[in-house]
Amino acid sequence: MKKFTLHKGTVAPMDRANVDTDLIIPKQFLKSIKRSGFGQNLFDELRYLDEGQPDQDASQRPLNPDFVLNQPRYQGASVLLARKNFGCGSSREHAPWALEDFGFRAIIAPSFADIFYNNCFKNGLLPIVLDEAVVDQLFDELQATEGYALTIDLEQQVVCKPDGSKIEFSIDAFRKHCLLNGLDDIGLTLQHADDIHAYEARRRVAAPWLFDTTK
Amino acid sequence: MAGKTLYDKLWQDHLVRQNDDGSALIYIDRHLLHEVTSPQAFEGLRLANRKPWRIDANLATPDHNVPTTDRSSGVQGIVDPVSRIQVQTLDDNCASFGITEFKMNDLRQGIVHVIGPEQGATLPGMTVVCGDSHTSTHGAFATLAHGIGTSEVEHVLATQCLITKKMNNMLVRIDGELGTGVTAKDVILHVIGVIGTAGGTGYAIEFGGTAMRSISMEGRMTICNMAIEAGARVGLVACDQVTVDYVKGRPYSPKGEDWDRAVEAWKDLVSDADAQFDAVVEINAADIEPQVTWGTSPEMVTGISGKVPNPAAETDAVKREGYSRALQYMGLQADQDITAIQLDRVFIGSCTNSRIEDLREAAAVVKGHKVASTLKQALVVPGSGLVKAQAEAEGLDKIFIEAGVEWREPGCSMCLAMNPDKLGAGEHCASTSNRNFEGRQGFGGRTHLVSPAMAAAAAIAGHFVDVREFVKH
Ligand code: SF4
Repeated sequence: MKKFTLHKGTVAPMDRANVDTDLIIPKQFLKSIKRSGFGQNLFDELRYLDEGQPDQDASQRPLNPDFVLNQPRYQGASVLLARKNFGCGSSREHAPWALEDFGFRAIIAPSFADIFYNNCFKNGLLPIVLDEAVVDQLFDELQATEGYALTIDLEQQVVCKPDGSKIEFSIDAFRKHCLLNGLDDIGLTLQHADDIHAYEARRRVAAPWLFDTTK
Repeated sequence: MAGKTLYDKLWQDHLVRQNDDGSALIYIDRHLLHEVTSPQAFEGLRLANRKPWRIDANLATPDHNVPTTDRSSGVQGIVDPVSRIQVQTLDDNCASFGITEFKMNDLRQGIVHVIGPEQGATLPGMTVVCGDSHTSTHGAFATLAHGIGTSEVEHVLATQCLITKKMNNMLVRIDGELGTGVTAKDVILHVIGVIGTAGGTGYAIEFGGTAMRSISMEGRMTICNMAIEAGARVGLVACDQVTVDYVKGRPYSPKGEDWDRAVEAWKDLVSDADAQFDAVVEINAADIEPQVTWGTSPEMVTGISGKVPNPAAETDAVKREGYSRALQYMGLQADQDITAIQLDRVFIGSCTNSRIEDLREAAAVVKGHKVASTLKQALVVPGSGLVKAQAEAEGLDKIFIEAGVEWREPGCSMCLAMNPDKLGAGEHCASTSNRNFEGRQGFGGRTHLVSPAMAAAAAIAGHFVDVREFVKH
């Protein structure tokens, strides 16, 4: 998993509440055998004028010019500013996969759906919860300033605005540790590789029939 | 100190590390894979440049997408391109990582939960996981087994462990004797009817009591298979002589000296007499009659002599609403006799009921009869190539075919309609599978869950009948 320490990026707005996982990535793309490549279908129904199908070349599809992420000023954005209850709906990991694959590293919202929030951390995305009033303010500033960028300092737990002011945010210490060090669940478990080897060694003696079976 | 439950023992045996936050790292002895939930996990491994931790703990087979008709053109013959790619991807991933796979045209191919036990790849005392919720099936062997998600599939591949939390213990005690014509499927449907689809949430359910001892391994698998339908990720049955006899001599079962040691170790795979359960449910086996689900959730079930319930009689508003919606979807009338439900299709198969014993039960009912002319289709889909071969050796295929029942190649088939075997909108199906959710067997399809014997009798009659009466005539 990618580390997240200090990130500076331009911001794009997603100005609606209760953005669900179906909106983030529609169900037809779940048939895919891949974990990457979902970025081109992020917000598919909003982003394109036609109905998307898996394994289609998205560069040939008609874009919806009104959709915010299609506007020139938001190209290359890596921070998503969103409204409350972002990521509600199913438990599909395809939602964070799509956001991450598109290029987002952080999402700022007044609240997130539980499972989605968890899934973000498994996939190197930082979800940041800020007060609703603060988020409103950010939406206003973003609207007013082309190329609006924020700097997110995870170590210090602050979002730095272009004017130099700072907004603090809170995050669970364990999750912060994992993101700072780029540790996914697998990376963390592998830190205990010695314990696993020791267990296997004991087990091989106690129950040798459990090993080398399907070879 | 109170004794330990079987679940406590299995947990303790596999604990690699207990974390401070209550989560734990447990070791996984067997990881089963199929084509639907594994591709992203393999891709994740590749992206992170990781290798599987222990290749020989894995065993794979395609089952959800495979056609159950002619397979002579192999994977290339799978019509739906998305299905074909999924199956091909499993083949490719297993080949490149060196994982043993029973491919589509291998005689040993079949539904992942059928082939594990059949090969002796599922053994008492193991932990077994698979990216599929019906992994609870394997608990019939006194095995700690449950379904996992795609991220966890990757985690198990990479570390041979799972991060998880301990569940609570529930005992469902079924005492007494089952009546003739009453099978393991009826037992589990009845239990779900009693405790509800959320009744087992957060629990590992051990099925015990005197009735369980006389139920075969096939029957125990049927029961544990549907533990998840009662909300419990884990179902368990204590190890006894029936278990040991079933496991003996299978390809991956221990041999020689190892066998003797294993059998000795397995004797401890029972809950201690003084073990404390967090919840106990008592069921009298004699109360159970053949079951039929009438609604869109497995808990919407009643005996064959029963009626479709009347929502108006329900005092609980949420239930009343749920019942009304279910009757609407199912196209049934309140207070209608279960035996008056006319059928369009009959499906005998799935990881719940596609083993040899299930097929024998169905064949015994069908023998000498013809499928009702009002039926569009009746099909039997064996759980594995080996089950199919065994059934053919016993002449069961002929009994089915002579009766007008289709005899197919092994796979999940009409259980979830990911391959071409599907219900049409509005069609009623007597199905031996495990889920009667809206659209599960095809868009708009109406599923009634039953035992293989009940499905077979319904195929002959064209509507539900009491298999106990049917056999008498
Ligand atoms: S038979 Fe049905 S329930 Fe069983 S693994 Fe296949 S799709 Fe799932």
